[in-house]
Amino acid sequence: MKRLMLGNQAFARGLYEAGCSVVSSYPGTPSTEVTEEAAKYDEIYCEWAPNEKVAMEVAFGACLAGKRSFCGMKHVGLNVAADPLFTCSYTGVNAGMIICVADDPGMHSSQNEQDSRHYAMAAKVPMLEPADSAEARDFVKKAYEISEEFDTPVIMKMCTRVAHSQSVVEEKERILPEKKPYVKNIAKYVMMPGNAIRRHPFVEERTRKLIAFAETTDLNRVEMGDTKLGIITSSTSYQYVKEVFGENASILKLGMIHPLPEKLILDFAAKVDKLVIVEELDPVIEEHCKVLGLTVTGKDVLPLEGEFSQNLIAEKLGVEVPASRKLEESLPGRPPVMCAGCPHRGLFFTLAKNKCTVLGDIGCYTLGAVAPLSAMEMTLCMGASVSSIHGFNKALGEESEGKTVAVIGDSTFMHSGMTGLANIAYNQSNSTVIILDNSITGMTGHQQNPTTGYNIKGDPAGKIDLEALCKAMGFERVRVVDPYDLAQCDAVIKEELAVKAPSVIISRRPCALLKYVKHEKPLKVACEKCVGCKSCMRLGCPAISIKDGKACIDTTLCVGCGVCKQLCKFDALQNG
Amino acid sequence: MTKNIMIVGVGGQGSLLASKLLGHLLLTEGYDVKVSEVHGMSQRGGSVVTYVRFGDKVYSPIIDKGQADFIVSFEKLEAARYLEYLKADGRIVVNTQEIDPMPVITGATQYPADLVEKMEAAGAKVDAMDCLSLAEQAGSAKAVNIVLMGRLSRYFDEIPVEKWQKAIEECVPAKFLELNQKAFLLGRG
Repeated sequence: MKRLMLGNQAFARGLYEAGCSVVSSYPGTPSTEVTEEAAKYDEIYCEWAPNEKVAMEVAFGACLAGKRSFCGMKHVGLNVAADPLFTCSYTGVNAGMIICVADDPGMHSSQNEQDSRHYAMAAKVPMLEPADSAEARDFVKKAYEISEEFDTPVIMKMCTRVAHSQSVVEEKERILPEKKPYVKNIAKYVMMPGNAIRRHPFVEERTRKLIAFAETTDLNRVEMGDTKLGIITSSTSYQYVKEVFGENASILKLGMIHPLPEKLILDFAAKVDKLVIVEELDPVIEEHCKVLGLTVTGKDVLPLEGEFSQNLIAEKLGVEVPASRKLEESLPGRPPVMCAGCPHRGLFFTLAKNKCTVLGDIGCYTLGAVAPLSAMEMTLCMGASVSSIHGFNKALGEESEGKTVAVIGDSTFMHSGMTGLANIAYNQSNSTVIILDNSITGMTGHQQNPTTGYNIKGDPAGKIDLEALCKAMGFERVRVVDPYDLAQCDAVIKEELAVKAPSVIISRRPCALLKYVKHEKPLKVACEKCVGCKSCMRLGCPAISIKDGKACIDTTLCVGCGVCKQLCKFDALQNG
Repeated sequence: MTKNIMIVGVGGQGSLLASKLLGHLLLTEGYDVKVSEVHGMSQRGGSVVTYVRFGDKVYSPIIDKGQADFIVSFEKLEAARYLEYLKADGRIVVNTQEIDPMPVITGATQYPADLVEKMEAAGAKVDAMDCLSLAEQAGSAKAVNIVLMGRLSRYFDEIPVEKWQKAIEECVPAKFLELNQKAFLLGRG
């Protein structure tokens, strides 16, 4: 049956059809749906791991045991999992193993736009790059074949526009691969120097064989058109190139991005008058072509940053773009904001009010940096808030200890906040860490994590007790506050900043978007009492605005959290 | 010939159901279809865009400036924001609802006045209607997306109304079906 599928959904379909048995991932936009969709097939064991390194090691263990396995992550997640990646390149696999890494050119939902292709080159593992949903499904099957034939994990690189675009896929049956028994093999799987020294030449020989494979595989294909212009491209850039040039150029579309073919590229180059490389982010294909001695156009005209589009490629390569018009006035922007009723809002309001220096982390609560709260001063990577506050306080001592906090979400804390907390406990800094426990992984669209008590299928699972965990690490001061209660938040934050000891504050309330959360009625404005002082506006709640000098509640957005009510000295905001 | 429909609005307004419905309908009609969505941070009350493209063979999943045959907007300011994407003879179908963005809420700037008139003055064909009231009339403010689909359906002579209704039946949970069918017809007018 033909269906429209997201690239990520088609990827999951590929896992199902190719007989994948074990999936372990950490959510991250734009990779999350591969694992969510795979979890809908009962034949595949799926789980959310605490982080990407754990996920990759779980997948490695499963492939070692003889079952086809998978782990998925966003581009920055591969930084976390880089350690197992580089060495499982040496060990190779037993059954096939696929790693999905999803890049985010344009940074729709990311803190950088690193190019994951460098990892394939550095770790010396093959990387495939589908250009639409049908290819995502088909490439999964090919990736498992390559993995098993060449004894290597295989990376499949997605990007936002392939992962989150729907295109047509025809479903096929699941075919289980032959069983691969686990066989003890110390020389292959124990990577101590004596063994690893012998595995490295295997890796280099494998790459040579993969280059030969890349010359003839149908993952790479030539589409000859007009030979005045030849374009080498891959992924979503291929789609833009086809959109602009159709048959007016010849195209070498690369589906295998590492290792790259040599003869195939040289032969293609010989057939065209001018050679252009169209690739998002870094000049990976371009540099390869230059090493082959070819003269190419690439990053001399196309940008290193951001996403491409059909108009961008047309304009940079001298093709006319359609006319467009716009209004003369500049329009107000609409940046993302914390939702109405978001439990993070009350806490950030309190931090802003107390003029705290807030070292932040990765999640919805990064929006605490946005006006009017503007209550976050650093966001680096997963877990960095907890580690950095220790360094910050060690550097400044009493100057910063009484006013600096780290904020980190429950899922991010499980991912890589715990190790930073261990450092605070061990090397003793007077640091105050606030865990924003909204009982879910929020930003990526509500995934369970080890603190929620449920697994990926929503069934009851092990539940880590945050208070007990922090106490076991040696924190004597562990406080719990309700972020909807501003007075309590204020008192506890002041107390914990004042005390000369490391402390943890758990700000606990479930995400307002969770289906099981019951909301109060929207608040009402008693207009005769409202003096238009705009105290409530300091919260930056999207449900409150000022109309004709008075506060106005958008009843389609307000969930009745009552935080604004606590700021009104005139009793103008009332329960609905 | 590829046709391009852009669906724009504010994160959380339900544009994903609209694109799901269109994708399903157009695939059933035998077209090649691509639908591109945005997930993650932008969904949190920010400006969101979904691209729907259909034809004999669709390559790019996105729509670029000057290429949209239709811009379906859940909110007035968002229609104006994406005006650049409209084709010379394209049409905007817009819900006249105003949702203040944060810079307006904080008082840093004002919600622009007379946007429909300004878009028309810029030469765009604009079909503006109060979809929120119609959705509430159908039974839920959340049905704005289907009211808009009803309005859009008027411009597709080649797809009979029954096909739209059948697509709604196949895309919407049974318990909300009656409400959504009503919303569709109210939008179609």
